[in-house]
Amino acid sequence: MLTSRDLSLIAIFTGVIAALGLVPAVAPFGGAVPITAQSMGIMLAGAILGAKRGALSVLLFLTLVAIGLPLLSGGRGGLGVFAGPSVGYLVGFPVAAFLVGLLTERIGRPYRLPLGVMANILGGVLALNAIGIVGMALVLHVGLVKATTLAAVFMPGDVVKAVLTAFVAAGVHAAYPGLIPSRADRRTPVDRVPA
Amino acid sequence: MALTAVPLFLPGSSPVHRLGAGAKLLGLLGTGVALAVWRSPWQVGLALALVLALHAVARLPLRVLGRQVVGLAWVAVPLLVVQWVLASWQTGVGVVGSFVSLVLLAGLVTVTTRTTAMVDVVVRVCGWLRRFGVDPERVGLMLALGIRSVHVVLGLAQEVREAQYARGLRSSPRAFAVPLLVRSLRHADRLGEALSARGVDD
Repeated sequence: MLTSRDLSLIAIFTGVIAALGLVPAVAPFGGAVPITAQSMGIMLAGAILGAKRGALSVLLFLTLVAIGLPLLSGGRGGLGVFAGPSVGYLVGFPVAAFLVGLLTERIGRPYRLPLGVMANILGGVLALNAIGIVGMALVLHVGLVKATTLAAVFMPGDVVKAVLTAFVAAGVHAAYPGLIPSRADRRTPVDRVPA
Repeated sequence: MALTAVPLFLPGSSPVHRLGAGAKLLGLLGTGVALAVWRSPWQVGLALALVLALHAVARLPLRVLGRQVVGLAWVAVPLLVVQWVLASWQTGVGVVGSFVSLVLLAGLVTVTTRTTAMVDVVVRVCGWLRRFGVDPERVGLMLALGIRSVHVVLGLAQEVREAQYARGLRSSPRAFAVPLLVRSLRHADRLGEALSARGVDD
């Protein structure tokens, strides 16, 4: 059952995902890698809130997009985006947030950067692109190989975003502890096992 | 900096505007199924003509349609060429035409339907899912909180962006995202307290 704190975290993170898509994109490395921060928002939802709350937050975000709020990056929104070729990515968003969250919960507190990067790449890049590419192939009636080559252009940027997300998540978990379970809590010490 | 999130709805009094949100969504769903089954060139042409006629009935400004067509062109034109070369022009017109008509029809539903009417439809549909443990009132509350949160977090983003500029950290994504998230999480704490004070947990 979701507590009122869970509900408020889910709602506020929906706002975060939207804000990251609407605020002008940051372009490090002299602007060579264009970064729309929205897919970072998806990974962050899992990496900050964990699997269940992260995925629900992304679902709420997609519902707001569907009922007509222009919250996708570039001010897109409405039902039309769900008929377009990027529908697979939209369907993949909650799955990606869930996977990133699940893996992040396995890492536990304190957050470990290399493992966090791996979690973000597995959930937010590989799983998301797998679902997105299948969706693109279905909508556009092209082969999976062709769809993969179309998607491949964005993958280096996605990996950069996955690394950045891990850095941000490390900073947030350090400044605001208690969102993911601590490693120490999960293992009951041998001398404290009840008789 | 364009930090606004206005809904895409455009008010009007045409028959398309006055039709119920549920009926429009059902029509969209039906069209999606129909275009997955029938997609010969003349069937797709008929669908596209109907969608354009509905745009005319709704008396929408032409730039609304134009903006959508421009947004679609970058994917529709190359795809039409690819399908023409790899398959046949009939397949190309079928695939591209059905996808363009569906996106335009979905855009029409969004532009002519008030956000609150859409929220009501979502809550009503969730009422059917009650037996699976979905609480429609809680879904309605979450939608309202989500819409409100977009504005709250955009305000926080503006504050953080100004603080970042004041410190000269112009292009550091980390110096933007970490404080934005921490401020948002603190806001969520206060929101959670307000919700439990109103008995949401009981």
